[in-house]
Amino acid sequence: MSLWSRIANAFQGERLNREIEEELQLHMEEAIASGRDAGEARRAFGSSLRVREASHSIRVAGWLEGLLADVHFGWRQLCRNKVTSIAAVLSLALGIGSCVAAFRLIDALLWRPLPVANADHLYILARSMPHFDGKLIEDDHWATPEFDALRNAVKDQADLIAISEADRTDVTWTTDEDMEKANVVYASGNMFPLFGLEPAFGRLLAPTDDRAPGASPYAVLSWDYWNHRFGCDPKILGRPLHIGDQTFEIIGVGPRDFTGTEKGTVTDIFLPVSMNNFATMERAAWHRTFLMLKPGVRAGSDLEPLRQHLAAANHTFQAGCSTCFHGMPQVDIDRYLKQNLILHSAGAGILELQKDYRRFLGILGLMAALVLLIACVNVANMMTAQATARAHEMALRISIGAGRSRLIQLILCQSALLALLASVLGALFATWAAPFVLSLINPPDNPARLDLPADWRVLLFGCGLMLLVVLLLGLLPALRASAVRPVAALKGGEDPHSSRRLMRGVIALQVAFCFLALFLSSLFVASFQRLQNRPLGFSTDRLLLLQTVAGKGQLPVVWNQTTEAIRAVPGVESVAIASWPLLGRIQINSEISVNGAPPSPTPAFFLNVSSGWLSTMKIPLVSGRDFSPQDRSPGVAIVNETFARTYFPGQNPIGRSFERDGGQSPNKIVGVTPDVPYHDLREPTRAIFYVPFNGVNDKSAPQTVGFATFVIHTDAQDSLALAETLRKLIAQRHNGFRVSNVTTQYDLVRDQTVRERPIAMLAAFFAAVALLLAGIGLYAVLNYSVLQRRREIGIRMAIGSPRAGIVHLVTLDAFLMTALGGCVGAALGFGSARYVESLFYQVKATDADMIALPAGAILLTTLIATLPAVLRALRTDPTEILRAE
Amino acid sequence: MAKTDALQGSLDLLVLKLLSRRTRLHGYAIMAAIASASGDVLRAEEGSLYPALHRMEEAGWIRAEWIKKDTGRRARVYELTTAGLKQLGAEESRWESVSVAINRVLREA
Repeated sequence: MSLWSRIANAFQGERLNREIEEELQLHMEEAIASGRDAGEARRAFGSSLRVREASHSIRVAGWLEGLLADVHFGWRQLCRNKVTSIAAVLSLALGIGSCVAAFRLIDALLWRPLPVANADHLYILARSMPHFDGKLIEDDHWATPEFDALRNAVKDQADLIAISEADRTDVTWTTDEDMEKANVVYASGNMFPLFGLEPAFGRLLAPTDDRAPGASPYAVLSWDYWNHRFGCDPKILGRPLHIGDQTFEIIGVGPRDFTGTEKGTVTDIFLPVSMNNFATMERAAWHRTFLMLKPGVRAGSDLEPLRQHLAAANHTFQAGCSTCFHGMPQVDIDRYLKQNLILHSAGAGILELQKDYRRFLGILGLMAALVLLIACVNVANMMTAQATARAHEMALRISIGAGRSRLIQLILCQSALLALLASVLGALFATWAAPFVLSLINPPDNPARLDLPADWRVLLFGCGLMLLVVLLLGLLPALRASAVRPVAALKGGEDPHSSRRLMRGVIALQVAFCFLALFLSSLFVASFQRLQNRPLGFSTDRLLLLQTVAGKGQLPVVWNQTTEAIRAVPGVESVAIASWPLLGRIQINSEISVNGAPPSPTPAFFLNVSSGWLSTMKIPLVSGRDFSPQDRSPGVAIVNETFARTYFPGQNPIGRSFERDGGQSPNKIVGVTPDVPYHDLREPTRAIFYVPFNGVNDKSAPQTVGFATFVIHTDAQDSLALAETLRKLIAQRHNGFRVSNVTTQYDLVRDQTVRERPIAMLAAFFAAVALLLAGIGLYAVLNYSVLQRRREIGIRMAIGSPRAGIVHLVTLDAFLMTALGGCVGAALGFGSARYVESLFYQVKATDADMIALPAGAILLTTLIATLPAVLRALRTDPTEILRAE
Repeated sequence: MAKTDALQGSLDLLVLKLLSRRTRLHGYAIMAAIASASGDVLRAEEGSLYPALHRMEEAGWIRAEWIKKDTGRRARVYELTTAGLKQLGAEESRWESVSVAINRVLREA
């Protein structure tokens, strides 16, 4: 209570003084009233000034009063230089806001633990094995029989949980026309209990739902889906849900904050693993395997024995699997058995393409930090300049007895004020920026949703950042100011070079940071541009893609009839069918053998296409012919140039034959096309072959097709305008076809750069801000140094120094420091680029133009920034200076 | 001078004791009461009473209040708190032991 009253009194010092004065006054009056002589009473009282001071300091928290005075003084200082202060606050706000936004993204995606019990005991099981090209690949997908074997092997120490990747699936709630997409996850029944999750409504999946394949047609909705799709309708329980040819019954809704184990993807529907057809297949690795340690098993020491135990069980299972390796060459079997088991901590969930995203986000964070650092250096510079200008004032304060700590407090107060204002603005900026950046990264057809809570983690980070900024800004000027020697300062200035030495260092530092930011951003921008401008080999112009499913499958002839119906629609220029689009998400390979020889070590990728697909896609033929409507698969094939080079080196492939996956009838090559990217824009050219859409089985009977994509070249530029018409047309034919996804070839190509585009944009933005801030900083330092050296410049001019000499004098330092900073920045850049080189497409850090660009930009900025200072120096009028002195 | 020295270090005790007998006194009344009760032997430099009062107030031993006097002037009057009562006990026993010790030294030396 006492401390509180002293703190409260600090805010009303004037009133307190009046009260003390009044009390002392009353004492005198009482003394006189009691008949004493006024003079005697005053003498007996002693020094009333001393009494007042003593009482005041007893009743007031002195440190707080001092602090308030300093804050008040600091505020007045900021107000005096309004323009500089506003610039400082804005640049700091940008830096702080960017850092906080980057932190929110990185934290939400990579660090924040899943809202499940014992998240720190959760691991994911992965295996690494040599790929067919010799590289080690890591894979975290497992077949259900493998999962069962491993689960039994470690059941005493840990629980294994099967959870599939969230898959955009066509689901139907009412009639067939009402198909929609939802993220579906298959999970083993022990997931909800082991994660300690309670239903918000109804019941969740339980271990009994794993009992037999197909025996538990139950579905659990996530709270999020229940909320936004059904508006929290309690009548949802018992409703049927159709997926493919299966019907599920809704049994409950999951807890509010659980959205699945994948970060960035909100799961809509959970189904039991036992309901997926893959669950009985021995080689279909289709779900992930999580491992939850049992209570009492220590995460540190018991993990490695557990891993070895799992690895042994896995090897026994693989080696004992008789049907798994049927028809595989021995070398592939050996390769497959060389599996190594890895346990990754999964308490924070999984992020698809985690390694790449980790690096992308790391770079994003680095760029934000660089901008903040440059802004800090700028403002610290400004404050140092002000502190130097106030050296007289500081010296005076010390002379009349101010403590050094009090001076440091005075300056730190000013930097804290700046940081506080900037943090408030920065927080507003981050509130907007984090969701904005997230929306940039998202592919439009599959919007990732991510919780971006602004909770104590973000607050703590923000406060830590603010403290850091206060220290970065204030500490140097504060120490300098407190080191003022009053005698020297009051005599007419200390060593005039000391502050310039410091500022020179600051220029070098700033240029180094700026160079690093420019260098990294030019790498990302160049990589993005090269990726975007990569020659495709096919047209993306006016190509509408209707990804269509046909329930239990439909004969090719029916698909072809639908093609004809689409062709008749006005506005359709040409139409063809492919199993899936180029650069879609599907890639399937086949092993190739020539003349009955064993399969070659490199597999080739294939695509089933109808006649006319090549011309619709505007893929030319190098030689040979397109498929005719009568061609069947197996029978004929068209291959790309890489295929021809790989399997028929130095020969004309036309007329030659190859077999797929051992044992099938041979395919005669009838045409050769140029290479086109198949699955990924970044991929090196692959061996690809095309086979006719009309497939037949061993007995030459036509095979049904469950899904395919209509590729439609439209007359109109906006090919999506036709989508609704065609979708209705396909549904009205009542032959079981449904359009499950509408897109364009252009969008598929653009989605390929969905990560590169925002990174390039953000990197360019940050680099531009860094350059601008560094330019302003350089200008301010030079301008200030010219002001400070007016006397020297005036004298030099008076004794006949040529103008070139003056320019030399003013700018030499700046350019030397820029060069030094540039070198340091380049070194930093090479160092950091090594970690992210794998993200670049056809760009190397050592490319000459990657260095030339940032160097040129910095040189130009330096020139522009030095110009005003040079002009000011040249305009110095020696007579005026000397007269003033 | 001897008069002031005698008061050194025991002003708190005297003020607390006085306020335990008579409550709601202002500064001058406290000083006057100490002077008269001690037969004018104990007499502080009057001004130093006020910092002492304010210190004890901050320590929570006494409580202050502004009251309107008959003359129309405001006066700040003090009274003892429970914490002050406790403090008075402690100060008294400390004074006892010190004075006993000093007396013993005076007798035996």
